[in-house]
Amino acid sequence: MWSIVRKDLAIERRTGEMLSSLLLLALLVVLLFAFSLEPERLRGAEFVAGILWTTLLLAGTLALNRSFVLEREAGAWTALALCPLDRGSIYLGKTIANLIFLLVAAVLLLPLLALFLGTTGIAPSWLLPASIVLGTAGFAAVGTLFSAMASRTRAREVLLPLLSFPILAPLLIAAARTTAAGLVGEPLEHVSAWLVLLGAFDLVFLTAGWLTFDYVLEE
Amino acid sequence: MSSRSDVAGRLRPWSDVALPALTGVAMLTAILFVFVVVPDEKVQGVVQRIFYFHVHLAWMAFGGFVFVAATSAWYLRTGSRVADRYAEANAEVGLLFTTLVLITGPLWARPIWGVYWTWDPRLTMTVVLWAIYAAYLMLRRLGNGDETILRYAAVLGIVGVLDIPLLIIAVRLWRGIHPAVMLSDDPEAGLRDPTMIWGVILSGIALGLLFAWLVSLRARFAAIDDQLALRALESERR
Repeated sequence: MWSIVRKDLAIERRTGEMLSSLLLLALLVVLLFAFSLEPERLRGAEFVAGILWTTLLLAGTLALNRSFVLEREAGAWTALALCPLDRGSIYLGKTIANLIFLLVAAVLLLPLLALFLGTTGIAPSWLLPASIVLGTAGFAAVGTLFSAMASRTRAREVLLPLLSFPILAPLLIAAARTTAAGLVGEPLEHVSAWLVLLGAFDLVFLTAGWLTFDYVLEE
Repeated sequence: MSSRSDVAGRLRPWSDVALPALTGVAMLTAILFVFVVVPDEKVQGVVQRIFYFHVHLAWMAFGGFVFVAATSAWYLRTGSRVADRYAEANAEVGLLFTTLVLITGPLWARPIWGVYWTWDPRLTMTVVLWAIYAAYLMLRRLGNGDETILRYAAVLGIVGVLDIPLLIIAVRLWRGIHPAVMLSDDPEAGLRDPTMIWGVILSGIALGLLFAWLVSLRARFAAIDDQLALRALESERR
């Protein structure tokens, strides 16, 4: 499992493709929001949180699309499937690697958004990192599973968001809400139900991916 | 090829005769009840009659999605073509019923709530479910019968149902209130007349039969498709 994480991270370290494209894309999405909506009205924690998650989902989906492309193109898919490894571990390894990319992107993106959209009234609490870790974990869990599936079809660029966005709807609602609360230092009681929901989402879809990846990897 | 496996030619007494006939009779009775026999609901008036269909459509569709998950799991376990055909049929008819829910809902909401659409938990959930199963069918279509894609679709069929409880909780926390349609403070409001209860039961039976009939038809089409593909393959070999 960790060797797959190391492999993906090593490729990323050498090329830097995934992170740089993800970040540039995220920046452009933020600009799109600013141009299409009145930027002065997009102030405050809710917008920072909302736009952070929308951007992460949009840019992240495009980046996750690449996740299995290398395996498909280089013919490594069969090698991966033949690996003397539990298939679930391959899934977890891929998911952790993707989670690390998404986390790094979120951490770099957040100050940028805070700078653009609302430096006033921001008082981060520990809820902020918690919401980001739980949110990106669920996203990586669903995105990795579906990106393996989408990489097989001819319309994979369209298919991955089509499959993942509706499934991610509860995650997006919960993550945007908790991140907004974390940004302004709201007390835990206000968002504890949301945090539990995020945790449950992660648990359900990590387990589902781990159990069903067997059928996805098989050719 | 033996005639036993020939699905297209023969008339099957239950699914080709009895089921459509029963559906037709039940549907006509339900329509008669809902539009003629049942009195107007006191508070909402004539508009409330749409609920005799709307509510059942929603439950049938959600039931259909649970069947998609069950048959998908069955397909992954055994690779049974029958299971896969029923998963597809349930998803398609479920999506059709969800579409009808999304049409009948706004028709009611406009006179009662004053708007066609509002981000109420149930509406939000229904539209997200619609998107999940539209994507499911899209995946199948893009797969073009490729077995790997059918397996992926089965995985999605299971994952989609896992999302439903999370979705319900999320939309409830997100938008607290929903006017419960059948409950009201007014003792005269709601389903007071016994014929109204009959209206609910009859339309439920009618729509249940319709769902079953459409699913069986759709699964049969898929079986015929499979057989055609097989024959094409055989004649190619010859």
